[in-house]
Amino acid sequence: MREITYKDAVREAMCEEMRRDENVYFMGEDIGAYCGAFGVSKGMLEEFGPERILEPPISETAFMGAGVGSAITGMRPIVELMFSDFMAVCYDQIINQAAKMHFMFAGKVSVPMVIRTASGGGTGAAAQHSQSLEQMYCHVPGLKVVVPSTAYDAKGLLKASIRDNNTVVFLEQKRLYKNKGLVPEEDYTIPLGVADIKREGKDVSIITYGRMVPMSLEVAEKLEKEGISVEVLDLRTLSPLDTEAIIATAKKTRRVVVVHEAVQFGGFGGEVVSTIADSDAFYYLDAPIKRVGALYCPVPFNPVLEANTFPTPERIEAAVRETL
Amino acid sequence: MGEIKDKSLLENKEFLRELMVRMMTVNKFEEVAFWLFGQGLVHGTMHLSIGEEATGIGTTAALTKDDYMLATHRGHGQALGKGVNINDMMAEILARGTGTNHGKGGSMHICDFDNGILGANGIVGANGPIACGAALTIKMKKIPNRVCAAFFGDGASNEGAILESMNLAAAWDLPVMFILTNNTYGMSTPLDHVVKNKDLKQRAAAFGFKAYECDGNDVLAVYETVKEAREHVVAGNGPVLVVEHTYRTSGHSKSDGNLYRTKEEIQYWKDHNPIKRFREFLTEEGIFTGEEIDAMQADADKMVNDAVEYAKAQPQPVVADLEADVYAK
Repeated sequence: MREITYKDAVREAMCEEMRRDENVYFMGEDIGAYCGAFGVSKGMLEEFGPERILEPPISETAFMGAGVGSAITGMRPIVELMFSDFMAVCYDQIINQAAKMHFMFAGKVSVPMVIRTASGGGTGAAAQHSQSLEQMYCHVPGLKVVVPSTAYDAKGLLKASIRDNNTVVFLEQKRLYKNKGLVPEEDYTIPLGVADIKREGKDVSIITYGRMVPMSLEVAEKLEKEGISVEVLDLRTLSPLDTEAIIATAKKTRRVVVVHEAVQFGGFGGEVVSTIADSDAFYYLDAPIKRVGALYCPVPFNPVLEANTFPTPERIEAAVRETL
Repeated sequence: MGEIKDKSLLENKEFLRELMVRMMTVNKFEEVAFWLFGQGLVHGTMHLSIGEEATGIGTTAALTKDDYMLATHRGHGQALGKGVNINDMMAEILARGTGTNHGKGGSMHICDFDNGILGANGIVGANGPIACGAALTIKMKKIPNRVCAAFFGDGASNEGAILESMNLAAAWDLPVMFILTNNTYGMSTPLDHVVKNKDLKQRAAAFGFKAYECDGNDVLAVYETVKEAREHVVAGNGPVLVVEHTYRTSGHSKSDGNLYRTKEEIQYWKDHNPIKRFREFLTEEGIFTGEEIDAMQADADKMVNDAVEYAKAQPQPVVADLEADVYAK
């Protein structure tokens, strides 16, 4: 197996699926000659041509809706939004249209579309280009929400998302694009809705996803040297949620820290905590569950301010220690 | 009624009869649905298109069964014209488990994918972008002789979604027919309160495609205009805009107290409603007698009354299925 970047894994997944299924096409702003704002689609225009690599005007509502309309008539669009923040520009087509159609139209149609977008901060892009809005999509029945943390997961999850018959919001972590990992060259998929234990441990569980996975692993490694054994559960898919994995890890270590980059208040961590509190895992707990998320403020520009907005290894470590 | 371009239409009595029966059916359907509503047999809300029957029926008569169509929240006539089964639609209005949407959609979301009806939409203007996508499928799969028609109103004409999709459809030469039903009011707001330029067909020129305009209360004018516009689209010329001028004599919805217009104005349009005008035309031209047209009305009434009986006998949807139906397999 070779090592490739998270970004290359995303591209490889798209290319393989486009070669496999002629109904799959790729649409997004500046994804052709420019290769997308993050260079994800390098070489795709050359391979697939302008018939399947569509560059729309800067009209997010129009092209997101075009994705929906093509999906209900036989195509399988991959729609790239340059930044996840731009979903706010085309919210109607995602929330009121794509998410609703299968149910509202009595299962007579499905919307097999993947919305790929770069999510999260840490790039100095300030308040309108740095958000983690996954919770907002998880709250809408009908959407699936995926947040990969490794190159391996990115490829397998994206291929599964493209083959899924529902609209999948695929939130790529822009700070992980250059991270390398072992990725098979052959075809594989990772089922949606299945979490992954990224590190086994016995004293405390960190339940997390996305960019916070490598940070949590870093903390786990540090604490290992002190004899504290930390399990790191990567949710990978937030909706549908692998509640069994959450309950199992909580029962196993009896101590839980929930970490995400998104604003802590009203964030997805609340759902994770509720999943435990609502189950018999509650009786196993030896300490209150701790949450670590971003501060309640828009993402600021100044690098020191920005770094202090998001969870840091120090804050995660402190939360773990509080549970011990 | 305006001048008829294709005189052979006047010899096609079956077609003329069909247009009339369909308009009468839409009208009766809505009258009855609203009455059932008053009886407490229909819950939720509904938007009637009484007075606008020629737009839905005339437009869809010029489309093929395979053409895609997106209806508005005021879309009973658009759906009936495109071929939805009247019993299934009435069952949906009565929230039955066998309705077009199995009781999960209601009046605002009638669909029939077998007849190209990609759903009626409760979000004003949302049809434009979706129509671009359906037209994109037509283009990518090189499907010959097919268009996607998106109905929207004068109110929706100021939605960014519509303006964005007009540009997108033009830029990509997509076979979209933007069907603008100008029914004079966006809920209660007259067009001239919200635009500087009331000539809505000029919108198309701004984006570089052709516009058509017609008297939306003249069913033959609507049919002929849409037919001509459709030919322009299937010839590969990209999208078109068709502006159909009409008037909604019914209220916007059940909450409408008609406080924004006068009784005289409503009466004027009732006197010039498309069914009455078509009746006068058909009898004056000697195509049908008054008795023959009365018989058409009786047919329409029967279809609607039968649909009510059918719908009332249908089962309620199953509560246990609710969460199972969220995701497609």
